[in-house]
This record gives sequence, structure tokens and C-alpha cells, in this order.
Amino acid sequence: MGPATLSQVLRHLPRIDEPRLLVGPATSDDAAVYKISDDTALIQTVDFFTPVVDDPYLFGQIAAANSLSDVYAMGGKPFLALNIVCFPNCLSTDILACILKGGADKVAEAGAIVAGGHTVQDDEPKYGLAVAGLVHPEKIMANSGALPGDILVLTKPLGTGIISTAIKGDMASQEAVEAAAGSMSALNRGASEAMIAAGARACTDITGFGLIGHATEMARASRVTITLYCKDLPLLPGVKELAAMGLIPAGAYTNRDYFKDMVRFNDESISPETRAIMYDPQTSGGLLIAINKNNLEKLLGELERLGVNHAVVGMAEKQKDAAVEVI
Amino acid sequence: MSYNDLDCRGLACPQPVINTKKALDKMDSGTLVTVVDNETARENVTLFARNAGCEVSVEQKGSDYYITISKGNTSGDEQQIPAATPAGAASEEDAGTVYFVSSNVLGQGSPDLGLTLMKSLMTTLDEMNPPPRALAFLNSGVYLTCEGSEVLAKLQNMHSMGVKILSCGTCLEYYKLKEKLAVGIISNMFDINNLLIGPEKVITIS
Repeated sequence: MGPATLSQVLRHLPRIDEPRLLVGPATSDDAAVYKISDDTALIQTVDFFTPVVDDPYLFGQIAAANSLSDVYAMGGKPFLALNIVCFPNCLSTDILACILKGGADKVAEAGAIVAGGHTVQDDEPKYGLAVAGLVHPEKIMANSGALPGDILVLTKPLGTGIISTAIKGDMASQEAVEAAAGSMSALNRGASEAMIAAGARACTDITGFGLIGHATEMARASRVTITLYCKDLPLLPGVKELAAMGLIPAGAYTNRDYFKDMVRFNDESISPETRAIMYDPQTSGGLLIAINKNNLEKLLGELERLGVNHAVVGMAEKQKDAAVEVI
Repeated sequence: MSYNDLDCRGLACPQPVINTKKALDKMDSGTLVTVVDNETARENVTLFARNAGCEVSVEQKGSDYYITISKGNTSGDEQQIPAATPAGAASEEDAGTVYFVSSNVLGQGSPDLGLTLMKSLMTTLDEMNPPPRALAFLNSGVYLTCEGSEVLAKLQNMHSMGVKILSCGTCLEYYKLKEKLAVGIISNMFDINNLLIGPEKVITIS
């Protein structure tokens, strides 16, 4: 659902006043966090979606990596997952078996287990997981902890929405398709371990609202302004050319229409395709990590050591009128 | 110079861009009007065409957007390269003929005979040189452009030669055939009327 529609719906829900709820809906974070004891908090999250690739096993892996990502973005470790499946009765159940195998393998790679699930008959297949993770209550990596001066690091290249759109039009190169599949099915575990080891201050994962959308949420929750460097963005192969061809998903425009009043592009000459890439909804995107300048080298070293893609994409500054500035 | 229009209404992203690209690739210079019915398609087609070096203007008519794309040098330079005409297709000067087909059978009387005559007519049109400029299908005529039609191969062949094939959207909807359209584009009364009042000779088949 687009961010505008979602916020309209959610504002009718009652306010939650529960001291044990350490992270709730107010800060638009990745997952809910509930304090169980002084040294344990439960991270709970759920996510599912329609197929983004043709291969059912790969789709299962991507959906699981995406669901697990919310736990990693909070600085936690996943331990338990439940499948959520919508599936039409006209398709072979072998396909569903492949999807679930992909999901189970990815959850196993994360060191967690799939303990069951729930299926609903539906016209279009959908798959994802509800995931539970654990974190020390004082080590939660919320999106609200960024301070002015912090550097922002992104751990996966952008452009999965644009490449998915290009695939529908048969315009994506094999290289782009493979790179997108590899990136979407990769766990954010290494990125999460690296940021914990380096002492990061805030984190969110980049998914449906795109880089600008999630950076805006982090900026507002942290009461800072985030400056993004549009020339330094890591991109999947071919994304710039595909965006320039107008192969941009509707979601990128929905995101733009919702977030544009909170964003300032400092240079009018920033091309429409670059803007579209920054609003492009990501499936199983990377972590956007805010870290103190002094710890940056350690973070980059850890990411390097763990073989995690990374790029410095911006910094946090004292809060100004725009939540996000693009330079 | 050539003038073409491309109806991309009802098509999901990214098809309007892909269709516009294919149409522009076939043109050396000239004007293409792509019609879309949603903002994503409007933005994407505009972005694509601008980045392809074309001049673009957009006009909103009701809930549709008419995107006028000018390719190549349209400033009246004498060095202008004439647009390629698809093999055997009618050029602007030789306006060709428009067939207005408002029934799935030809003539009144036995439906079986009517269908035989329609097949015979489409075979003849397919072999005609130059081929017709356009075929517009209305009312039960839209059965001819959909899956299961016995003249589909002939129509598809003509379409590949550059003959415009238009099917009335209201009619497709009425007969619940929208999903089954197998050749050409979904059109509306506005565009079909434009064809009828255009410079071409119009022949009505009912």
C-alpha cells in the first residue's frame, strides 16, 4: 500500500500506551519491539508479497530474505518464523513446494527455523513470513537514533523495482536480472552484524518506500535532516539506462507524490531518472545505517570483511525544514 | 514525415513505453501521438521520449492523456529525411481505404453464408496492394479481432504490414471480449470517428 493511504488508515487505530513496547507504530520503524525482561526484547515483524521473479524457489528465498530483514534492521537475531501463503488452486502444488523450500532454506541460512504457517486460497500467489527475533533492549537499532554529523551507509545497490518493471517489458539484460535476483535473495545478516560490531546509531531497511522514503522516516524519527549524495548511489547494472527509458514502476511515483514535500532537491538539474531511482520501491533492499564519523572506518572494514556491498550515500545534519536534502 | 497514433489505454506499465519505443523505432522522423489513461504511463512515456531526443507535449482530454512526440528535425529543414513507409503500406499521399466493419458476418441472410463471405473479404483485403489504411471493428464485428476468430490470421498479417486494426472498447466490454482481443488496439468512438471523417475513403461492411 502507498504511504499516503497507509497513514490515512493507521491514524484511526487507538494509541498504544504500553511501557514494554519499546518500538511501536509511532516512528514508522521496520518491526515492533517488546521488552520481555531487562536483558531480552522480542522483535516481531511480518511481510508478504506477490512473486517478483518467475522461479518459485528463488521467489521463496527473496520473500524470506525480505521478511528476515526487518529483524536485522533492528539489530536483532531471528530465531523463529511462520509461513504466510496465498495460493490459487489452479496452480500445481509443486510450485508451492518450491516456494516454501526456498523460504525454509533462507530461514535456515539465517540460523532460524520455520515452525509452521497458514495458507489461504487466493487468485494470485503471495508468500512471506512472520518472523520473531531477539535483541538486548539497550542495543535496539531503531530508526530514531541518528545524530547530526552521522554518516549514512547503504548496503545493497538500488533499482530492484525498475529492473522488475523492465523484466515485464522484456527490456532487462540477463546481467541485470541476475544481479537483482542475487541482491534481493541476499540476507542482511552480514550488514547487521557489521553495524552492531562497529557501534552504529540508527538503522532501517530500504523496501517499498524507496531510499528517499525510508531516509525521510529515519530523519523524522531522529529529528535530523538527512543529506543524500545522488552521485554516489550504488546501482544495480543497467538501472540508470532503464530508468531513462521510462521503465519506472507506479510505486516510485506514489512514493514521490507522498514524500516530495519533505524532500528538497538542491539542484534543479538532477535528472528525472535519478529522482525516480531514489523513489524506486525496493524488494528486500539493503540496510541504511547511520554511524558516528569516528566509527565509520570500522564499519566499512567489517562490511568489507564479511563481503557485504556498501557505499556511503549521505550524512545526517541538524534538523532543517526539509527532512531529506538531495545534493 | 509521418503521423501515427498509438492507443495505449488500458495497458499496464511498462507496456505503453514499450509500444511507444517500437513505434518510434520504426519512424525516421515525424509525429507520434501516444494515448494513455494513467499518470504513471504519462510520466514514463514522456520521460522515455524526452531522453530519446524527441520534443514532447501532453494534452489531457477527460481522463486520457494525449502525448505528442516529435521525432527528428521537424523545423522544416530541407534536408529532412522522408519517413520510412512499412512495406506496401499506404503513405500519407495515397491515403488508402478505411473499412468500417460493424458485424461479424457480411450481409443480411444466412449467418453461415455471411461468415463465408466475411472470410472471403478478409482474404481479399489481405492480398490487396496497397493494403487498406485501417480496419475499424464495431458491434459484433469485434468478434473478428478476438481469439477464436476465423479471420484472425488474415488480420494479424495485415496488422504486421502496417494496417491499423481498431476494435471498439465499449463493444469488447459488452460482449465480454476485452481479455480475448488478439490483434490491433482497443479504440473508442472519438478515434474511430476521426478515421471516418479523415481524408481516406470509407467503406462500410455490415
